Amino acid sequence: MDQLRSVCRQAISENKAAFIIGYTEDKHHHLKPFIAHNVEETEKLTFNCNAVNNLAVFIHRFHNPSQGKIGIVLKPCDLKAINALVQENRVKREDLYVIGVNCSGVVKDQNKEFSKENTQIKCRSCASKTPAWFDVVVGESAEFELPEDDMAILMKQIDEMTPEQRLEFWNAEFEKCLKCYACREVCPMCYCEQCIADKTEPRWIESSSTTRANFTWNMIRAFHQAGRCIGCGECDRVCPADIPLSLLNRKMGMVAFKEFGYRHGTDMNAPTLIGTFSTSDHEEFIR
Amino acid sequence: MEEKFEPKIVAFVCNWCTYTGADLAGTSRLKQQPNARLIRVPCTGRIDPVFILKAFESGADGVLVSGCHPGDCHYNAGNFHARRRWIMFRELAEFTGIDSSRLHFSWVSASEGKKWVDVIDGVTETVRQKGPFDQYRKMARNIELPIMEEEGVEI
Repeated sequence: MDQLRSVCRQAISENKAAFIIGYTEDKHHHLKPFIAHNVEETEKLTFNCNAVNNLAVFIHRFHNPSQGKIGIVLKPCDLKAINALVQENRVKREDLYVIGVNCSGVVKDQNKEFSKENTQIKCRSCASKTPAWFDVVVGESAEFELPEDDMAILMKQIDEMTPEQRLEFWNAEFEKCLKCYACREVCPMCYCEQCIADKTEPRWIESSSTTRANFTWNMIRAFHQAGRCIGCGECDRVCPADIPLSLLNRKMGMVAFKEFGYRHGTDMNAPTLIGTFSTSDHEEFIR
Repeated sequence: MEEKFEPKIVAFVCNWCTYTGADLAGTSRLKQQPNARLIRVPCTGRIDPVFILKAFESGADGVLVSGCHPGDCHYNAGNFHARRRWIMFRELAEFTGIDSSRLHFSWVSASEGKKWVDVIDGVTETVRQKGPFDQYRKMARNIELPIMEEEGVEI
């Protein structure tokens, strides 16, 4: 990715960005997040189908407008997170230098070659291979065959269950939860200074890892993402217990679209869903 | 003799409308089911969905959330915000198995003592037919700790 490196070098030398958040390759040829602070370090930056991380999550950790602009390498799907963060006033568009990359899908398992089966679940329903907007764009996108979207199949199966079966299904899933909060740490939309799960007076969410406490945590996490999740699927990827967390988020996204015609992260100037209301919201379920 | 199942209902009511409405039902000596435990909050906009989950955690078989009619909110827009949140939360709850026969919503104004009685009777009856929410309570199983003595470790 010489093009990417030259763009990044130029960005830093011409002072378009104070530093660049991007990817670098480790000794196993896996890609990991990397921050290039100077021209020499931009040589380490790279991008390929192993670039699974959503780098938008680092914006909160390094956002300091007095330092200068943040340069950030973004795939088309990750760009939605920036839209969403601008929508929620977490970051200003002017404070960012967006290096968009044309994407041809990313792998699920970095130890294996890119193939139809070895793609992230988010890529299976992805239609945007080029970034919607950017300051500069690099790379070429290639067409690739989309495998079946197993999350959509699972969603359909759950929709057909009775309430008791659904609770049983989610019980079995949440029983595995370790409460490691990796889903929260990796989520670009989880940026509260103090998470409700960490509040102790009162303790709303039990800190123990019983199924019931896990249920509450995962429900609240999903609800706090309701109409906010941009579907980057990072929660699914990092979950050590393999809980299909993005299923809940996807469901909430579908409800937001069905009820309000709203899709988060598509328009950075749109008002947020939960922060606003309409007097004509439907209420046939209210007695 | 087997005891008849009496559902526990937790009702989150807003201070300005439903609580006063329920009070009116009381002072008017209207007969109502005694299953509901009322929790008074300033406004329906104050009701975080975590309250609802907390109620189920604490052993509720059903939850009712009730406030002012749209347009009547003491704080102008609290119930509009709440309504939008309920639309989302209801679907999430349904998707995870807390179905709509256990989670109810209503608008009851300060003058609707009779409506309050109808709502609370209706909710109690629905939840009674549905039976105890044992499936949720069972989730709070204790984690089995490894037995240290077997390995000769003194505790």
